[in-house]
Amino acid sequence: MSADLIALAYLVAAVFFILALKGLSSPLSARRGNLFGMVGMTIAVGTTLTITQNWTLILSCIAIGGIIGSLVAQRVQMTAMPELVAFMHSLVGLAAVFIAIAAVNNPVSFGLPELLPAGSKLELFLGTFIGAMTWSGSVIAFLKLSGRMSGAPVIFTGQHVINLLLAMVMIGFGLWFFFSETTNWTAFITMTAIAFLLGFLIIIPIGGADMPVVISMLNSYSGWAAAGIGFSLGNSMLIIAGSLVGSSGAILSYIMCKAMNRPFLSVILGGFGSDGSSQATGDGVQKAYRSGSADDAAFLMSNADSVIIVPGYGLAVARAQHAVNELAEVLHQKGVNVRFAIHPVAGRMPGHMNVLLAEAEIPYEQVLEMDEINSDFPNTDVVLVLGANDVVNPAANIPGSPIYGMPILDAHKARTVIVVKRSMAAGYAGLDNDLFYMDKTMMVFGDAKKVVEDMVKAV
Amino acid sequence: MIGEIDPTIIHLTVFVLAVFVGYHVVWNVTPALHTPLMSVTNAISSIILVGAMLAAGPAESDWGVWLGAGAVILASINVFGGFLVTQRMLEMFRKKDKKGSA
Repeated sequence: MSADLIALAYLVAAVFFILALKGLSSPLSARRGNLFGMVGMTIAVGTTLTITQNWTLILSCIAIGGIIGSLVAQRVQMTAMPELVAFMHSLVGLAAVFIAIAAVNNPVSFGLPELLPAGSKLELFLGTFIGAMTWSGSVIAFLKLSGRMSGAPVIFTGQHVINLLLAMVMIGFGLWFFFSETTNWTAFITMTAIAFLLGFLIIIPIGGADMPVVISMLNSYSGWAAAGIGFSLGNSMLIIAGSLVGSSGAILSYIMCKAMNRPFLSVILGGFGSDGSSQATGDGVQKAYRSGSADDAAFLMSNADSVIIVPGYGLAVARAQHAVNELAEVLHQKGVNVRFAIHPVAGRMPGHMNVLLAEAEIPYEQVLEMDEINSDFPNTDVVLVLGANDVVNPAANIPGSPIYGMPILDAHKARTVIVVKRSMAAGYAGLDNDLFYMDKTMMVFGDAKKVVEDMVKAV
Repeated sequence: MIGEIDPTIIHLTVFVLAVFVGYHVVWNVTPALHTPLMSVTNAISSIILVGAMLAAGPAESDWGVWLGAGAVILASINVFGGFLVTQRMLEMFRKKDKKGSA
C-alpha cells in the first residue's frame, strides 16, 4: 500500500473510534458503538500488517494476547471491574515503554531517521515516562483495589519533596538524552527507571476511598501515553485515539472529584481516607435512633405509592443485587412505583453501580442519576438506603461540616427513610450521619442480602 | 508553504483538535455507561498495538524485535479484553421487557 492509502485507512479507523465513543451516549446505541470500535481496530491492525514483514511472529503474538484477553473478559466478575481496568491500564503503559525502547534501538523500522532528530527524542522521552508511570501506578491501583495491598494511604515525611526531586532528576536525564549527539542509553534507561519509581510513589499515598479518581486518572494517562507514542511515530491515528482516551479519563476524574467534593490536587497529593474501617467520630453522646425489623420495613414499602432505593457499595459487597431486583419486582406487582437513585461515587469506579444493577437484570429505565431524581425525593413515600452512607448525609448542606458542599442524594426529604446497615459505624468520611437519627428514619440492622431477602418474603 | 511546516506542528494541530473532539463526545456519554466507557477507551488506547507491530516488524531480528513482540502480546490482551468485556457489560443494559431480544 502507498503511504497515502495507509494514512487514509488510519483516518477511517480514527473516525470509527470517535463513533465508538459517540455510541455510548445511550444504552440503545452503545452496542453498535462498541462494534464500531472493533471495526476501527481491525482496519488499523490490518493496514499496519501490510507494512510489516514478520507476519508469523506478529500474528502469533496477537493470537496469544487475544486468547488471554478473551478469557479474562469472559471470566471477570462485575464487582472486579475496577481491578480489571487498572490491570489493563498497566498493560498499555508497559507496551508504550517497550515500543519507545524499541524505537530508540532501531528508529529506521518506525520510518524515523537513523540518527534521531531532536523532536523525536523529546516525543520518545514523553511517551516513555508517561507509559512507565502509567504502568507502575496502575499496578499499585490494581493491588489496592483487589485487596492484595492495604487500601490505607502510605505516608512518610518528605514524601512530596522526594517525588519532586525525583521528577527533577528524571527531567535532567531526559535533557541529557535530548542533547546527546548519539543514542545515549544510560540517560534513557535511567530516566525510564526513575519514571517507574515515580509511578509507584505517586499512587501509594492515595487512599482506597479515592480510587475512583485514581483509576480515571490512570485511564487518562494511558491515553496520553498512546498519543505520545503517536507523536514519536508521526502517526495521526495514534494521536487521535490517544487524545480521545486522555480527555475521557480527564473528564471522568473531574466528575469523580466533583462528586466527592474534593479538589483534584488534594486527591493527587493523597493521604486521605483509610481502609474504610474508620471509627465513628461522634461527640461521644449516644443519640437515639429508631430500629425496626425487615418485616416492618416491608410493611411500610408495600403500603407506599412510591419507593426510591439508594444502593451503595455495601450492597455489592453483600452480593445483594439479585435480591434487590426481586424486591423491586414484588413491590412493582403491588403497584408501587420503584426506582433506583445512583450517586456518582456509589461504586468503586465511575458508573460501577449501574453495571452491578444491570447485571442483576434491573431495567436501566428504573435506574436514575442523582440530578434526574433529586427533585423527586420530597414527593416520595419511602426511601430505602442499602449500604450507602456519606452520599445521603445531610451534613453536606451544613456549612462547616467536613463534607460541606458535597452533592448528595436528598433522601432526608422523603416522608419515610429506611436504612439497612450492619452497624452504626461511620462511612469513608468518618462522619456521623444525622439521617440515621431523624424521627422519620427506621434503621434495619443486618447483612444487606439477608435483610432484603426477608423483605421479599414479607411483602 | 505547507511543506515548510515542521511535522511536529502538524501533529500538534491534530492533537489539539482531537482533544476537543474527545471533550465534546465524552460529555455526551450517559453517566450510567461510564464503566463501559472506561473499558472501551482502554481497548482504544491499545491502538499502540500499531506501534508494537512496527517494532516487531523488521525481518532481521534483534532484541528490539522481541521487545516489540512482547508489546504486541500486551496490547492484544487489551484490545480483545477491552472490547469483549465492554460488550459483555452492554449486553446487560436491557429494557424492561425482558423477553424481547432488544
